[in-house]
Amino acid sequence: MIRDDIIDFIYGEARMLDEGRYTEWLALWMPDAHYWMPLGYNQADPINETSLLYEDHFMLRLRVERLNGERTFSQKPKSRCHHVIQRPFVDVFNVKAGIFQTNTAMHYIETRLDEQQLLALTAIHDLCCVDGKLRIAGKKVVLVNSDAAFGNIQLLP
Amino acid sequence: MHADEIRALVQGHQVHRDVYTSHAVYQAEMRHLFANAWIFVGHDSQTPNMGDYITTQIGDQPVIQVRHSDGNIHILHNRCPHKGTKIAIDRAGNTGKFFRCPYHAWSFKTNGCRLAIPLKKGYDGTGLENTPNHEGMAAVGAVEVYHGFVFARLAYNGISFEEFFGESLSSIDNMVARAPEGRLEIAGPPLRYMHKCNWKMLVENQTDTCHPMVAHESSAGTAIDIFREMGEPEPRPAAMQIIAPFMSAYEFFESMGIRTWPNGHGHTGVNMSIHSDYDAIPEYYEALKQTHGEIKAKAILDESRHNSVYFPNMMVKAPLQQLRNFIPLGPDKTLVESYVYRLAGAPDQLVAMSSMYNRMINAPTSIVGHDDLEMYERAQEGLQSNGLEWVNIQRLYEAGEDFNVEAVENGTTERQMRNQFNAWVKFMTADMGEAA
Repeated sequence: MIRDDIIDFIYGEARMLDEGRYTEWLALWMPDAHYWMPLGYNQADPINETSLLYEDHFMLRLRVERLNGERTFSQKPKSRCHHVIQRPFVDVFNVKAGIFQTNTAMHYIETRLDEQQLLALTAIHDLCCVDGKLRIAGKKVVLVNSDAAFGNIQLLP
Repeated sequence: MHADEIRALVQGHQVHRDVYTSHAVYQAEMRHLFANAWIFVGHDSQTPNMGDYITTQIGDQPVIQVRHSDGNIHILHNRCPHKGTKIAIDRAGNTGKFFRCPYHAWSFKTNGCRLAIPLKKGYDGTGLENTPNHEGMAAVGAVEVYHGFVFARLAYNGISFEEFFGESLSSIDNMVARAPEGRLEIAGPPLRYMHKCNWKMLVENQTDTCHPMVAHESSAGTAIDIFREMGEPEPRPAAMQIIAPFMSAYEFFESMGIRTWPNGHGHTGVNMSIHSDYDAIPEYYEALKQTHGEIKAKAILDESRHNSVYFPNMMVKAPLQQLRNFIPLGPDKTLVESYVYRLAGAPDQLVAMSSMYNRMINAPTSIVGHDDLEMYERAQEGLQSNGLEWVNIQRLYEAGEDFNVEAVENGTTERQMRNQFNAWVKFMTADMGEAA
């Protein structure tokens, strides 16, 4: 495992989301991992305060399977998304323990019908290595304007 | 607008689409309805110390909720009496002993009274002291703090707090009684969700029990499918407690019951509700028993009111200590703020559950919220159609319904929507002239 493997993984995940390869994306996740998107800027507690997202594997799977439903009205027509990411910082690189953490600045665009919104954010990935393959052990997405009022954000940065 | 024009928009079983789309109606709502009615402002735990303030809106009116030096909460119009500059624009802060306008340094005590004007001699002999601008920051007409919940009436004269809310306060009572120490505390900032639709669509949806199994099939129905495919593991995934009950049958929602109170208030979940089947938290029940005794503690928890509408634009979910404020920003724009409160003296699991519900259902990132917003925005656009000008609110309608008396009915009735429009006409026209 070298640093470029970690960085390639982050680029690869963004590409999966942009291309709508959600089943493949879901398989990247450890079963006990959470996707956290804080509501408050500098929010420390994901549990006892409201977050935008704090999703376990069941919720992530539900989110993905819902996108394909016949009666998913807010996705008729479907949204599309687009990530532009900076080269991730590898903040933790512990090959022996199989623990890695990255910090990635990105611009996330989501569009549906005539609407398009741009979110600027930092994604912090906790990664681990299982059977030689990188998996997501946790992902925290900090929107630079997390406390602003939003309309629907339907896909995932 | 004149009172007869307002009355012509509401016909009992139907309302004219102008109530949702017309800018003139929206302006009349801001000048009349939101001045004459009692409107939710904030919670006193958001401003616990002297000089603490929050900024918000009553209708389209920018206001400040501030804790004065005598410990009382004041609601002030958020404009400098000089040039109109907003005095505070951050959502929360502490101003110390006084507010100071950043434009020309006019300063005001935290009850709004003028403190000082720089270079005062420039006003000598000008008559400034005879103008209302000289008084300071204007206060709203009336303020009431009920179990920590702060309400205001913009108008100086009008209906009293007690008469306006009447028995509907029982839902707030129940929410507060759920705290072993008898009070609530704000738990973090609210979710803020922007809706391109009229504010009344959101309020009506709070007691619309015929939409969950339709609009939310994609989230609730899919959750149930996945759970079955997984072999129904125990303990249930959190989403199965919170989202899956939206898929309950029509018969379930019918037997939940709806209660309406005078002045537009009402609630779903008279007998039981989609909040009745949550996992018990034994330590919490013990704490509540210590406070109230077993019989009363059980009665408090058995009350499972789903959504309590506090007319015109607020909703309380007592079993989950949640409050949603539907702030109108235009005929087709509404900001929804969804708050969670901590029950003083209760274990953390309760506020964790409330926070989870809030993000799963009320967030701009919520797969449940997505479909609600989709319906409102489609309705806002569809109402532009001249093919039909009336919106139907006729389910279980009976001619001659008397909204001045409390009523309990089948949980799928649209009576609460009719109750809201009855109160809407009442408080819109309370201070309005007739056509010449």
